[in-house]
Amino acid sequence: MQASKKLSGMKIKDHDGNEVVIPKTSFGKKATKGFKQNWQIYSLLLLPLIWLIIFQYIPMAGNAIAFRRFAPGGSILGETFVGWHFFQMFWADTIFWRVFWNTVILGVGTLLWTFPMPIIFALLLNEIKSKKFKKVAQTLSYLPHFLSVVVVVGLIQQLTRTAGPINNLLYSLGFERIPFLMRAEWFRTVFITSRVWQTTGWGTILYLAALTNIDPTLYEAAMMDGANRWQQTLFITLPGIAPTVITLLILNVGWVLGVNFEQVLLLQDPLTFRTSDIIGTYLFRLGIEQANFSFATAVGLFQSLIGIFLLTITNLLSKKLTDTSLW
Amino acid sequence: MKESLGYKVFKVFNYSIITGFVFLCLYPFLQIIAESFSSESMIRGGHVNLIPRQFNTWTYQVMMSDPLFWINYRNTLVYTVVGVVISMILTTMAAYALSKKDLMGRGFFLFLFAFTMFFSGGLIPTFMLVRNFLGWANTIWAIVIPGAIGVFNILIMKTFFEALPKELEEAAIIDGCSQMGVFIKIILPLSKAVIATQVLFYAVGAWNAWFPALLYMQDRQLQPVAMYLRGLVMGANSLTTGAMAESGAGQQGVSQNVGAVAIILTSLPIISIYPFLQKYFVTGVTLGAVK
Repeated sequence: MQASKKLSGMKIKDHDGNEVVIPKTSFGKKATKGFKQNWQIYSLLLLPLIWLIIFQYIPMAGNAIAFRRFAPGGSILGETFVGWHFFQMFWADTIFWRVFWNTVILGVGTLLWTFPMPIIFALLLNEIKSKKFKKVAQTLSYLPHFLSVVVVVGLIQQLTRTAGPINNLLYSLGFERIPFLMRAEWFRTVFITSRVWQTTGWGTILYLAALTNIDPTLYEAAMMDGANRWQQTLFITLPGIAPTVITLLILNVGWVLGVNFEQVLLLQDPLTFRTSDIIGTYLFRLGIEQANFSFATAVGLFQSLIGIFLLTITNLLSKKLTDTSLW
Repeated sequence: MKESLGYKVFKVFNYSIITGFVFLCLYPFLQIIAESFSSESMIRGGHVNLIPRQFNTWTYQVMMSDPLFWINYRNTLVYTVVGVVISMILTTMAAYALSKKDLMGRGFFLFLFAFTMFFSGGLIPTFMLVRNFLGWANTIWAIVIPGAIGVFNILIMKTFFEALPKELEEAAIIDGCSQMGVFIKIILPLSKAVIATQVLFYAVGAWNAWFPALLYMQDRQLQPVAMYLRGLVMGANSLTTGAMAESGAGQQGVSQNVGAVAIILTSLPIISIYPFLQKYFVTGVTLGAVK
C-alpha cells in the first residue's frame, strides 16, 4: 500500500518500451479510504469538535452583534444592521481612550517586569550547587501560582491596608500611611508587584529545563580557554536559553492587552478608575452589568484584533531577526 | 577548580537573594495564617507580625458552623470533580486523534483548535450563548462545559502521544486490536504521567475559578467557595461595602480575621497537595514547550 502511494503519478516503461503513467488515486477516493481506515480516530475527534464549534466558533460568529442593534427579547444575533455604528461610538468616546491607554500601560508595564524576573531567578538558581536547597527554594516559590485570584487579592488587601504590615513599615521609617488601593497613582505599582510575586517562581520551570539541556562540554571547553563564570554565563548560558526566551516573548507580546482581567476587576475601586480601568473591566461593566451587548462586543472585537496584529508583527520581526518563530 | 574571591562573594550574595525572595513568596501567606488565629482588635491595631496575638480559634469554629460555607465548599468539590472528568475525556480524545500524523485533515483540525488560542469569541457572545441561548444560568453546566477544553493542554498531551513508540500500536493492530482498543488498552495505561499532569492543571483551575460563577450563578446556594470568599474579601472595596453590610458578612466593613480564616480554608487543599506533585507539573510545563 505504501509503495503504490509513492508510485502513483510516476511514469514507467512497459515491456515494449512505451511510457505508461500509473494512475493517480483521486482525492475523493483517497478521502473515503482514509476515513474508512481511520473512522475510529475520527469518532474520537467528534465530541471535542462539537465543543469547539459551539463554545469557540459560534461566539466568534456572535461577534456579528457588534454590527447589529440588539433588542431585549429579540433575536440573539440582533435586530437591525448598523454597520460601524458601535465602533464609531467608542472611537468618539473619551472614556474608551482612557481605558485603552490604561490597558496598554498596564500590559506593557506588567510585561517589562514579569518577563525578565523568571530568567534572572532561574540563572541565580542555576548557580546553586546544593540540590536540596535548590529544590526547596523552587517548590516554595511556586506557591503563589497555585492561589486563586480571589485569594491573591485578599492577600494584597491585607498587606496594603492602612494598619497592615507595609504601612507599619513605612510608618516606622517616618513616612505617612497610604491607603494604596484607594489611590489611582499607586494602582499600577500594586498590580505589577503582585503579578511579579505570582509569576516569577512558576516562570522559572521552562528556563531551568532549557538550562539543563545545555551541553556541559561547552562549559568545560570555555574553562580550558580561561573563561570565568560571568563570561560563561554571557557566552554559553544566555545563548543556550535564547530560543526559549524568544518564543515566550512572542507569546507574551501577543497577549499583552489581555493583562489579567479577573485580577484587575477584583483589585480596582471606582476611586482608582483613572488608572485601573482597562478594556476588559470596561466591557464587563458595559456588557454584563449594563447589558449594552453590541457596544461591549465591538470593544471586545477591537481588542482581539489588536492582539492578533501584535502577535503577527512580533512573530514576523523575530523571524527576520533571530530565525525563531511560532509559525 | 579554585574559586575566585569574586565568585565566593557572589555565592553568598546569591544564597541570600534566593532566600529573601522565597521568604517574600511565603510572607503574605504566613502573615494571613497568623491573622487567622489572632483577635480582630490586634489585627486592626497592626500588632500581628507573623506571630498570632491573643490566640483564638473561635473564628474557625464560627466559619465552619456556617452552613452556606459548607454548601459552597461542597459545590466547589463537585464542580472540580465533574469538570476535571469532562475536561479529561475531551482533551485526551482530541489529543490522541491529533497525534496521528497520517490522519487526513489533521493540519486543518489542528488549526481549528490552535486558532482559538489567539482569537476567541469574546466575553459577551459567550455569555449570551450560555445564558440566553443554552439557558444554563444556575446550572452546573455553565461552570464545567464552556471552559472544558484548554487548547494548550491538548497540545501538551499531543506532544506526549507523538513520542510514544509506534511499534506498540502496530504490533497490537496486527494482533487484531481495533484502533479504539489500542487507545484504551495500550496508549492510556502508558500515559499515566501526562494524565496526572493534566488532571492537576485542570483541577487547580477548577478549584480556583470564580468568574464563571459570577457570570452565571446568581443563586448563593449554588456558588463555589471562591465566590463565598470573594464576598468576604471584597468587603474592603468601596464598591461593594454596601452590599456586604446588607448580606451580613461584616459589621462596619469586613472582619480581617474572618477574611483570613476564609482564605486559609479555601486554599489549604491545593497548598498541601502541590509540593508532592512537583514532578508531574514540571513534566507538563516542559512538554508544552516542545513544539
